[in-house]
Amino acid sequence: MSAFQIPKFRLPAFVATIGSRLPQWPHSLHMAAALNLVLKLKLLPEDTLTALEDKLFRVHVRDTGGIAHYTYRDGLFRPVFQPAREPDLAFAANLSAYLQLLTRQEDPDTLFFNRELEITGDTELGLIVKNMLDAIEFSQLRPRLPGLPLAGH
Amino acid sequence: MSSLPDLVCPAGSLPALKAAVDNGADTVYLGFKNDTNARNFAGLNFDAKTMAEGIRYAHGKGREVLMAINTFPQAGRVDHWRHAVDNAVDLGVDAIILADVGLLDYARNKHPQQRLHLSVQGSATSYEAINFCQREFDIRRAVLPRVLTLAQVENVIRNTTVEIEVFGFGSLCVMNEGRCWLSSYACGESPNTVGACSPAKYVKWDKQPGAMETRLNGILIDRFADDEPAGYPTLCKGRFDVQGETYYALEEPTSLNVLEILPEIIRIGVRAIKIEGRQRSPAYVTQVTRTLRAALDSLRDGAGRYQVKPGWQAELAKVSEGSQATLGAYNRPWR
Repeated sequence: MSAFQIPKFRLPAFVATIGSRLPQWPHSLHMAAALNLVLKLKLLPEDTLTALEDKLFRVHVRDTGGIAHYTYRDGLFRPVFQPAREPDLAFAANLSAYLQLLTRQEDPDTLFFNRELEITGDTELGLIVKNMLDAIEFSQLRPRLPGLPLAGH
Repeated sequence: MSSLPDLVCPAGSLPALKAAVDNGADTVYLGFKNDTNARNFAGLNFDAKTMAEGIRYAHGKGREVLMAINTFPQAGRVDHWRHAVDNAVDLGVDAIILADVGLLDYARNKHPQQRLHLSVQGSATSYEAINFCQREFDIRRAVLPRVLTLAQVENVIRNTTVEIEVFGFGSLCVMNEGRCWLSSYACGESPNTVGACSPAKYVKWDKQPGAMETRLNGILIDRFADDEPAGYPTLCKGRFDVQGETYYALEEPTSLNVLEILPEIIRIGVRAIKIEGRQRSPAYVTQVTRTLRAALDSLRDGAGRYQVKPGWQAELAKVSEGSQATLGAYNRPWR
């Protein structure tokens, strides 16, 4: 594990108040770009990617007010700027929980049990995504992303 | 020191396997991406490529690999399970964990040199049952269901030469292991038949104002207020209205944690301690493996000065289901 530990924190309420009034499309764009990078490095298992086809995902960072929508179609993650329907799968958590997940400092089940991570929608799809993220070998990603505090197993 | 039991750790993915090995597992256990194992969850487990790499990684660091083929062959598809056994032998795993006596018989006859373990799903709680499996199938180890007191475990060990493995940490359910049909009652599928308890496709988490409802195949099994910890969506951990009172009528969401009785477990001759949780992430495997490793290592020179460190308990409490831990049946006063 990385020696650097991300503490549990919650940003002040005004951040979300402001953040939710800002344009949300950059979040979707960045999220899709990051996922496509992981995709390009062939770190996502192909057999489970097919389960994501045309599904609409929403990631809500509660304490920044940021919301990203994206989908997976024809081999690429694509941002969705104006979703016309409810997402198939939605995550909601504070920024610190997402960072703890991303760095593998905390287990998603732990955060879910402790109600720090909310997952709604298609539960099986949620499990597929969770297990897909768990299966990424960050040790292969880290050399390409210097500076990110990713745990290297 | 050879008297310490092996630490047997879960691996639902390649990163989890590496986390287990890197944090002190003596042995990892895993399963194929199908219904031949009892953690057949969407997106979990190993395909051919990651399986080969995982086994290579563990063996390269001198650790053992166990293959769980611990569900029961279903009518008309027995070959599917037999192929899994053949496959595991070809992969060179150190032992296969089996539950079904028919499959044990097949494995023993087809692969006489292969080391076999009796799964917890085999539901053998007495030394007679274990010795039967030793005589008939030459099993080398049995994993005990989580229903025995420590004294009962000791009695089993005294009356068999089969190695005994017990659970040391992980989520608890009603522990009718290998015989539980509660999941089938709600959705027609259960660990014994499809390799999953409460399969995700039947689970619905419904966010309501101030609460979250959990439904399994439409059946309301729990409702959590916003400040309440949640648990796995299984029937046995639901809260039900029983004679006008709503409570955990079968089992509270909780985790087994044997840190307090670790010296006793070693004293009675347990050969291996298993961590539950192939469905959990690499972060969980890291946290639990390194904690149990530290506790076991502190016992290398005897139990005289063994003390459960608050840091260990805090680390395990954090990842526990329901954020609470229990000694389960090990210290139960009744029989």
